[in-house]
Amino acid sequence: MDKKAGDFTVTLNKRPRYIDEVKCTGCGTCVEYCPLEIPDPYNQDLSSNKAVHIYFSQAVPLVTYIDESCLYLEEKKCAICEGACQNEAICLHQEAEELKVKVGAIVLCPGYEPFDPELRGDYGYGKMENVVTSLDFERLLCATGPHEGEILRPSDKKHPHNIAWIQCVGSRQVVPGGNSYCSSVCCTYTQKQVILAKDHDPETECTVFHNDIRSYSKDFEKFYQRAANLPGTRFIRSYVSIGKEIPESKNVTIRYATDEDGVKEEEFDLVVLSVGLNPPDETEKMAELYDIELDSHGFCKTNPVNPIETSRPGIFVSGAFQGPLDIPESVFSASGAGSQCGELLNHRRGRLSKERIYPEEKNVSREEPRVGVFVCHCGANIGRVVDVPSTVDYVKTLPNVVHAEEQLFSCATDSAESITETVREKGLNRVVVAACSPRTLEPLFRDTLREAGINQYYLDMANIREHCSWVHAREKEKATEKAMDITRMSVARACHLEPLQEIDLPVNKKALVVGGGIAGMTCALSIANQGHEVYLLEKETELGGMSRKIHSTLDGVDVQAYLSDLVRTVYQHRLIHVYTGAVITEATGYVGNFITSVTSDIGITEIKHGAAVIATGAQEYKPVEYLYGEDDRVLTQLELGAQIASREERLINSESLVMIQCVGCRQEDRNYCARVCCSHAIKNALNLKKINPDIDITIIFRDMRTYGFTEDYYRQASDNDVKFIRYEPDEKPRVVAVVAEGRPVLRVTLPDYILGRKLAVDADTLVLSAAVIPPAGNRDISNLFKVSLGPDDFFKEAHVKLRPVEFGTEGVYLCGMAHYPKHIPEAISQAHGAASRALTLLSNDIVTVSGSVCEVKENDCVSCGACITVCVYNAIEFHETPHGKKAWVNPVLCKGDGLCCAKCPTNAIFLKHFTDEDLLSQIDTAFHEEEVM
Amino acid sequence: MCSGRVDLEFILRAFSNGVDGVFIGGCRLDECNYITHGNYDALSNVLLCKKILEHIGLNPERLNIEFMSSGDGILLVDMINNYCEKVTEIGPLGTSEGMEGKELSLKLEAVTQLIPYLKLVEREKLRVPVKSEEAYHQFFKSEAVDRLFNELILDKLAISQILLLLREKPLSTGEMAMALGLNPSDVARHINSSSRHGLVRYDAQRKCYALS
Repeated sequence: MDKKAGDFTVTLNKRPRYIDEVKCTGCGTCVEYCPLEIPDPYNQDLSSNKAVHIYFSQAVPLVTYIDESCLYLEEKKCAICEGACQNEAICLHQEAEELKVKVGAIVLCPGYEPFDPELRGDYGYGKMENVVTSLDFERLLCATGPHEGEILRPSDKKHPHNIAWIQCVGSRQVVPGGNSYCSSVCCTYTQKQVILAKDHDPETECTVFHNDIRSYSKDFEKFYQRAANLPGTRFIRSYVSIGKEIPESKNVTIRYATDEDGVKEEEFDLVVLSVGLNPPDETEKMAELYDIELDSHGFCKTNPVNPIETSRPGIFVSGAFQGPLDIPESVFSASGAGSQCGELLNHRRGRLSKERIYPEEKNVSREEPRVGVFVCHCGANIGRVVDVPSTVDYVKTLPNVVHAEEQLFSCATDSAESITETVREKGLNRVVVAACSPRTLEPLFRDTLREAGINQYYLDMANIREHCSWVHAREKEKATEKAMDITRMSVARACHLEPLQEIDLPVNKKALVVGGGIAGMTCALSIANQGHEVYLLEKETELGGMSRKIHSTLDGVDVQAYLSDLVRTVYQHRLIHVYTGAVITEATGYVGNFITSVTSDIGITEIKHGAAVIATGAQEYKPVEYLYGEDDRVLTQLELGAQIASREERLINSESLVMIQCVGCRQEDRNYCARVCCSHAIKNALNLKKINPDIDITIIFRDMRTYGFTEDYYRQASDNDVKFIRYEPDEKPRVVAVVAEGRPVLRVTLPDYILGRKLAVDADTLVLSAAVIPPAGNRDISNLFKVSLGPDDFFKEAHVKLRPVEFGTEGVYLCGMAHYPKHIPEAISQAHGAASRALTLLSNDIVTVSGSVCEVKENDCVSCGACITVCVYNAIEFHETPHGKKAWVNPVLCKGDGLCCAKCPTNAIFLKHFTDEDLLSQIDTAFHEEEVM
Repeated sequence: MCSGRVDLEFILRAFSNGVDGVFIGGCRLDECNYITHGNYDALSNVLLCKKILEHIGLNPERLNIEFMSSGDGILLVDMINNYCEKVTEIGPLGTSEGMEGKELSLKLEAVTQLIPYLKLVEREKLRVPVKSEEAYHQFFKSEAVDRLFNELILDKLAISQILLLLREKPLSTGEMAMALGLNPSDVARHINSSSRHGLVRYDAQRKCYALS
């Protein structure tokens, strides 16, 4: 790799897969013929696969590869696969290829490696058969796993009835071979595995041996409760060691200790090690190659205020190479990297894109249906089971079918061209492709119809592969009959199909960002740097939001200096318009075309914009607990941070300071973890100790949730003599103001579980780690933009894992603490992610809306409103007509789920492409007359 | 398209076509691919339809709904196999329930004609307040729903059947009661209300009722 940002030349070494990716259709015939079984790496070597196989069922591209252990590659024997492949895709002589690519930016996302407990023989792994890693167990749980979803333990392939998990394997340890950091994800994945194991067999006894339970992310606390409350499930806070393997049963014993019962030894059928996340393999080589720096743990060194940036301009990082990350963070860092590449390369945007030109569409809507049917062999995939020629013969007897033929692979380029030609030659006006699931190839065949000059919605796909040949491989005759049935239904439906137009909507290129905190400003800048005007709304008179009250981060970033730079950059940006004192009074419109009215310090403004980003932030809870507001020696963490920054004398000279964690959250009315407070407490404790090493600091906590690399600071605090005492929510600490030996103090009493007695700590200053709570205005914003709130009043993203910065409502995006409490770098990362998603909309001139949307036959509408109540997308509304108010569907908002159709008492509303006629015609032709009655 | 798009009409049409069972597959509950959670609507449609099938004398187990994700291939196979076994056990539609072809189609058509009304009842009275599978099952098993079903649906269904029966030829109350397996006094009550609405009239000559 050489040159610089914007102009890299990368030399890639592409290892041979011994398969021609272009020719291979992924049919899997070669896999069946291959005589060599090898351990399946995808299933952790717990089961076998063939030397030629598809790596896993979602692989991209979905084609096979040949493992180096292949008999031909090793000893020039076999080559059976060559004969089996009808598409000549096997290339046993393929060699490694060197590719040179010129790129403007590079995103590193090598992921992570699971910690390998075999290296040190942790907990008997590698020696005792029934000790497995969490990734092994993950595969055991999975339907595509080694035993097709049955949990069978390795030693005797029997169902384990008593499973133990051991947490923090390889993590949170400073001994050689271990990682000092917390791997962030193991607590919650273990809980998931417990729930799934109980799903498989409710009788399974599940025991989790853990340290702190770190359920710090959105909805994790409730997830933990769900797992912990399952009958037959125990969460035990204890360090453990492996006792022995019982020779007869191969069961494993675990020794552990509890405060109540002391040391115990217990036997389990299966032990799962919750292994942590290591940096990916060969990072040092990678660092050298890309000329980037690594951090002390071997992960990518990143900019503390931009975790997507590496030490080298033009090279970005996303995912777990940043450090241990969960899926949502990984997803938004990936989108964020996209946005930062976009900023860097904006001047070259769109230069490589080409527009397709299609022939003019012929109007065939008045013609009688002339259906052409193309039945695919899919190599041997369909043809080996279904008698394709006789299916073709049968299809020719169906009404309206004027052409039927078989094809080896309908999806091959020449086959698609032949469909196009046949449509033209024979004047076909409907096409049925009897092949595979429309999920993968419908777009391709629709395109084929467009190329042929007829409307793309005149296509129907009959799935005779997944729904037929694959599931009935042993019943060839019946499968052939079923293929005929499926195709007959498809032909019947095709005759009813109508041409539909997709709507092209112009996109307003401007964005609105609601909230001028760090997330909102970062997002606005990222969008503006890619050439789009941004309106940035802030309800206060100044930009900055919560960060105005934060003075430093744990990494030592001077937040105020960073903030003032950011504010200046925002104000100076020619494409960003800032409105302070802003209140939104009305928001209307839809994706690409919103109109929002705002009153602000400069009066009333009506803003037209194509996208909106919600970044309304969060605020600190004002405690009513522990004398807060009554005694000015009781502070919140934010107030403490401010007093440390201003070197408040009374504070600095305190003899003793106590912090209480989880004030106002992780309780019934606010059943979530505020994520940031543990790190804030550690940060403030360390800062205080730096100023006054003699001050006694005690942190009273439930679980210290210093996830990821912040664990190192937790350890540092402990090394600096900060004391940690755990409390349980049913025995919260009590605080009273007393005078002890002439010194007025706040006395904090709580039970000591280790010593089994009451404990009292006298403090000059008491600091409460108060919850982070959503701002009251979230409800209004939610109503205005028709986006939903979760149970805790934070905004609810479209999908918690996979779409963490989008809403179900198109064109509206989300970032920062409006989504959930988070640290500044996390908010910045998410803000870039939201900008990226907004750009996928704003960078287009048009948005295309599917033709398959609902419409109302006004004459039949009785204005009952049943469709309106059921449409969560708010796509249906009443509008006035000469015959009174009638339901009307906004095709732009309709997603084509068709719920409304099943609710309409008069069938006035219908879903195009899936009308009652379309579907009833299939029901009516599903069976031969002689088969029924 | 969502499983909630499956109209009552589709289910009834399939049975009218003589199929022995209808299986509906939806996404896992609470894991909606849209944001609508329409699979709960599919569930409530199915639970309502089962009640109706039972009422007209068909085995409600003929109709089945299961929820799964695209990764649950093995689960789907299990479900389909179990279901097919069950339907085979129940036997051919109608004859297994001691019903003639004609009676069966009359009953199914009577229900089909009632669909618009059923949809209104569902909307007004049969919405389940809590979105959980258990709550839906409990709700449709509850006495309150039974009462609503009896009050709002049964009479309409009987009238719908009477009107269909009279479409063929005029009949006396007793003949209708016999044909529909109803209590003659109930038939008389329905005939009274139908004639008040001008739907049927008494043919004094032939001493029986006919459509108006």
